[in-house]
Amino acid sequence: MEEMTLLQWAFDGVLGFALLWLAWRALASPDLFKAIVLFIAFGLLMALAWVRLDAPDVALAEAAIGAGLTGALLLTALARLDLKNETETVHKEDNTPQSP
Amino acid sequence: MSHVFLYALVGVGLFTLGLYALIVHPHLLRKILAINVMGSGVFLVLVALAARTGGAVPDPVPHAMVITGIVVAISATALALALMLRVQVEVGQAGLPEERLE
Amino acid sequence: MIEKTKQKTLFRLVLIMLLSALAAGLGYVVLSLPTQAPGLSEQVTANLVRSGVSNPVTAVLLNFRGYDTLLEMGVLLLALVGVWSLGGIPEQRKSSPPGPVLDMLARLLVPLLILVAGYLLWVGAYAPGGAFQAGAVLAAAGVLLLLAGWRPGTRFSGLPLRIALVTGLGIFVAVGMALILLERRLLEYSPSFAGALILLIEVAASLSIGITLAALFLGGRPEVEPRR
Repeated sequence: MEEMTLLQWAFDGVLGFALLWLAWRALASPDLFKAIVLFIAFGLLMALAWVRLDAPDVALAEAAIGAGLTGALLLTALARLDLKNETETVHKEDNTPQSP
Repeated sequence: MSHVFLYALVGVGLFTLGLYALIVHPHLLRKILAINVMGSGVFLVLVALAARTGGAVPDPVPHAMVITGIVVAISATALALALMLRVQVEVGQAGLPEERLE
Repeated sequence: MIEKTKQKTLFRLVLIMLLSALAAGLGYVVLSLPTQAPGLSEQVTANLVRSGVSNPVTAVLLNFRGYDTLLEMGVLLLALVGVWSLGGIPEQRKSSPPGPVLDMLARLLVPLLILVAGYLLWVGAYAPGGAFQAGAVLAAAGVLLLLAGWRPGTRFSGLPLRIALVTGLGIFVAVGMALILLERRLLEYSPSFAGALILLIEVAASLSIGITLAALFLGGRPEVEPRR
């Protein structure tokens, strides 16, 4: 096809490395909220990769659905998870006898 | 090697990273994140291989498949998250029982 | 205890080795594929004129592989049925009314998002865009409304909601069946009507996709006003 200039190679290399690094940090992060936010950023970089691969329809779908809606779903689920954890610990504290 | 194969290799790497995280972490939300990353890796390989046409227009059939795949992935993620919340209500923790949650 | 951590580290090491071998194998297979492979792009370009649209991805999604899209909308509906079967809306923190920034942003952005969705839907016939992208933007508008505290009224949450959810898949199936009755095969559009049929299906599909994704975000079956 067309010749690959050094700038294009550098861009693709940095994008590829950033995708792998973000995915690793998102999956290995101890804090779940940080992991989800990194996953949203990963989705946005994927949209850039789709543009680079001549797939604008896929880029639109990934940015809206893959990054945006999936991120919203994950954050809401995390909030509900934490809420259930909190109510459990509150109930446990109610049940423990008070020492005078 | 054109830039297409670079992205295909990144896709393979993402798939393997996701598979490792899926096996290793017991917390269900991390498993769901791992499956999504694996899916993104597969989509990257598909679309990268579709750009090999050599003309101006990339092959549109894998693009359509990946758009379908993205929508199916979010449906599966939504159902998996609802199931995870249900597991927490029933079992008491959102993860597999045999190890402490990391 | 020490053996357990040693066991765990050993397990992880073996796992990393096996997965590296898998990655190497997959990488080798990917790299040994031919550098030029037209795939199906030539057939799509040759038949694009008869498809009714000029965006090849939309032509593939809604005409050449329309059956896959029909099944995909079925999958979306199935996921919603699964989420609804697990119970009502999960308990939320007792939320205070939304702050002024979120409130104003929702009021400003939601009409704009609906407009953008309509544009994406229309332009999908000849430029990047289409029903799924438009449906996703509609779903984003729905999620923004839900985050700002809006809930659909109980009158809307019963039958009207279910009708709106099913319309996309329903119109798709109806068009396919109507074509069978007109003595063609399932979803085989005639080239003169293909553009109009695709637009009809896309409008219904975007609405359904948007409402389905927003309902998936809500996470449970909304309460219905009890029948009198």
